[in-house]
Amino acid sequence: METLTNTKWLTACHVDDAVENGGVCIKHENQQIALFYFTRRNEWFATQNECPHKRQMILSRGMIGSLGEEPKVACPFHKKTFSLRTGECLSGEECAIKTYPVKIENGMVYIGVEN
Amino acid sequence: MATKTIIIIGNGMVGNKFCEKLLEKSADFRLIIFSDEPYRAYDRVHLSDYINKKPLEELYMSSEDWYSSKNITLHLNDPIVHLDITKQYVESGRGIQLSYDYLIFATGSSAFVPNIPGIEKEGVFVYRTIEDLDLIKAYVNTTQKGTVIGGGLLGLEAAKALMDLGISKTNVVEFAPRLMPRQIDHAASTVLQQKLQQLGLEALLNKATAFIEGDTKIQSLHFTDGSVLETDILVISAGIRPRDELALKSGILVGPRGGIIVNKHMQTSEPNIFAIGECALFEEMIYGLVAPGYEMAEVAATTICEGNKSFKGFDMSTKLKLIGVDVASFGDPFIEEPYARTIVFEDKNKGVYKRLNLSPDGKYLLGGMLIGEANSYNMLLQTVNNHLVLPENPEDLVFGERSSSGQNASTGIAALPDDALICSCEGITKAQICHAVTEQNCENADAVKKCNKAGSGCGGCVPMVKDLVTMTLKQQGKYIRNVICEHFQLSRQELYDLIKIHELKTYDEILDSLGKGDGCETCKPLVSSLLASTWNEMILQKGNDTAQDSNDRFLANIQKGGTYSVVPRIPGGEIHPDKLIVIGQVAQKYGLYTKITGGQRIDMFGAHLNDLPFIWAELIEAGFESGHAYGKALRTVKSCVGSTWCRFGLHDSVSFAIQIEERYRGIRAPHKFKSAVSGCIRECAEAQSKDFGIIATEKGWNLYVCGNGGSKPQHALLLASDIDSETCIRYLDRFLMFYIRTADPLTRTATWLNKMDGGIDYLRNVVVNDSLGMAQQWEAEMEKLVLAYTCEWKAAIENPHIRKRFSHFVNAPDERDTSVRFDEMRGQKKAADWNIPSITS
Repeated sequence: METLTNTKWLTACHVDDAVENGGVCIKHENQQIALFYFTRRNEWFATQNECPHKRQMILSRGMIGSLGEEPKVACPFHKKTFSLRTGECLSGEECAIKTYPVKIENGMVYIGVEN
Repeated sequence: MATKTIIIIGNGMVGNKFCEKLLEKSADFRLIIFSDEPYRAYDRVHLSDYINKKPLEELYMSSEDWYSSKNITLHLNDPIVHLDITKQYVESGRGIQLSYDYLIFATGSSAFVPNIPGIEKEGVFVYRTIEDLDLIKAYVNTTQKGTVIGGGLLGLEAAKALMDLGISKTNVVEFAPRLMPRQIDHAASTVLQQKLQQLGLEALLNKATAFIEGDTKIQSLHFTDGSVLETDILVISAGIRPRDELALKSGILVGPRGGIIVNKHMQTSEPNIFAIGECALFEEMIYGLVAPGYEMAEVAATTICEGNKSFKGFDMSTKLKLIGVDVASFGDPFIEEPYARTIVFEDKNKGVYKRLNLSPDGKYLLGGMLIGEANSYNMLLQTVNNHLVLPENPEDLVFGERSSSGQNASTGIAALPDDALICSCEGITKAQICHAVTEQNCENADAVKKCNKAGSGCGGCVPMVKDLVTMTLKQQGKYIRNVICEHFQLSRQELYDLIKIHELKTYDEILDSLGKGDGCETCKPLVSSLLASTWNEMILQKGNDTAQDSNDRFLANIQKGGTYSVVPRIPGGEIHPDKLIVIGQVAQKYGLYTKITGGQRIDMFGAHLNDLPFIWAELIEAGFESGHAYGKALRTVKSCVGSTWCRFGLHDSVSFAIQIEERYRGIRAPHKFKSAVSGCIRECAEAQSKDFGIIATEKGWNLYVCGNGGSKPQHALLLASDIDSETCIRYLDRFLMFYIRTADPLTRTATWLNKMDGGIDYLRNVVVNDSLGMAQQWEAEMEKLVLAYTCEWKAAIENPHIRKRFSHFVNAPDERDTSVRFDEMRGQKKAADWNIPSITS
């Protein structure tokens, strides 16, 4: 994970508000962040909510899964898939999405955003 | 080694390909491009897609930052105006002076405009670039009649563009006595001409234009034979002229009729100056296709990197879809007696023409052409290029569309030599494709495409790439099974049986016991659909919600911009005025765009995710229920008004349609399915275009199955005639359960039947004569599904856990997504166009 010296931890939501094996959308000022609770792997991921292909605010409603070991999300519009870990597009396009660190403390979910 | 500079003049498809090819071979060069166009390289082959609203962004050959990421300097809108071949430097229009080690002409061609009096009038255009298309688009609004001069390949493309722009009366004027004179013969042209005529495109042959009449704007064309054609717009597409003016001015040798003369290494008369693509003249020939242009780019790049490759001329075989009509020509299409024996097949009824030219001894294929149907093109081209010995009955190659054709094709590809060129756009051979399978573990055409780019150009070779992959896998002893994805090494039917036998009810249970990994967007909706088909339980319960396809997960159809459309069920298309008013009121209250669907119901678009439960609460209150427009399930049973009002009606088609729609509503299947009931043989409900359709007869009902509208229309076939309502429903129960059980994922009934050994006769035996002994079980299973039906939307709004999911922001549940934008059209809203794609880094 990246250096977190400049990271501000945004209080996203309660763990119970997240969707098991799926995503929810977090409002952060004027931005939208997709938060995924990959229950099967007991992992949390956060990415930009916008799919770069057609610039739609939608990834939080995408289906998650894996390609080999790589956790991924598929955009509901045209099924472009992105790595939840690195943000890299796995459907052979040159676009990538931004990812954010996530931590869980006392039943709350926090997302690391730049200061 | 010191970095050397290569300057490329022109940033078209070929110039761009040169940069790609060079960078693959060496990093020792600095690349600088000058282009007189305002846009970076785009796909000119698919220019007409731009007319059909494909955004320019999707036509670009590479992303905006590709050039900078590869250290290429790109000067757009800046032509080279001066070249000094002795001092080896260029000067651009904006005054940039640069010296070069190598110079590449990739200047392409411009449209040849004949010197016809009046050619300067308003309304006369050429068809070459995005700018030309923008000019045509801007002018077209006010016009009704369009004409294209030039009946060649590009001229017909231009005519299609005019038709796509809404000009219903378009004429093509050709000087030669036939269309596409360089590719097809007279008989083929006649067939093509008839087909195009049916589509609204008239061809005028043997016509030379004398002058263009009109005050300032074009009004008509006058021909040398005295005839006159009125027109509001004229597009000239009478050929291309190589852009060789700078080369000529600078003292580089050009051909007497244009084109920069090159040797087999693409070198011009100056050895460090190259010409590639449509501006290059090789052995007195200009190559006006993209594939040879790419090959020239490869040869030039190899030569500069001190490799040894030569251009050996290029096969000009082509296959394309012209206004929906397949046209292909390959090898030597025109060779005749005594140098060849020809086989000709002509079907004026269907508009199909095929010609094969065999060697005089009948052993080899020399060339030919295909109009109207060109499925066998790839194999025929390979047969010519690789000098394969023909089978005993060569006519089977094109005329034998019998069931064994698939097998013929695979023995055919096995016989191809290793160096057979399969993808001519990227220059990929059979050996390279097979190698990708054996050495790089590619197991499908997509993987091969990623591995070596085969099939990434025009896409014409993709079917053959698929066949080669399958063949190679088989040779390796790999068992080819239609497995679902990396997570389930099972076919859909196997999984269906296992779910039933083990009584599995959630996605995670199934993945844990039958699969591996964490699932994906292919297996999740498939398993969810199987669960629904088997148990018909509320799809959003038991942790199955996130395994549903996006539309199923939110019980609505996602539309452009991220809003949803709402479709309540209106069985048989019958609706009480009170309910119509409710729909109007709900649409008004939530600001929804309304449209009547093809299935006789009303679609409301533009609903925010947050509003869906409120909208449905009001609809359900008024007696509506979910229409399952979002699911792979029964859509509608359309009906004509039938005997209750119609003077021709034999039975009450509306009541029967309602009964059937209510019986099968909500049942999940491998794909959506549609139905209709007509009250008499006039067939106003169009039942024969449906997955199952019912038509009233004097004695009962005729039941038709496996029809389809959509992209591949197919009439439904008669399954049983003159049956009563009860029998009809029994047959339908069996038919639908058989389909649900055995069809591949996302396969409509028509495709399912097409793949079924024995076809409709077999299906009839199973459904009507119960040849599998399954009828009783299927009827019982269907009865269970019917009884288990509840309205999903009612369940969703009554369950607080499910209802909670219908909000956009989990941390601000009452706020709507403010990024959603609408435009207005005819007094209603519409989704804003796609945002311009950006590449985030």
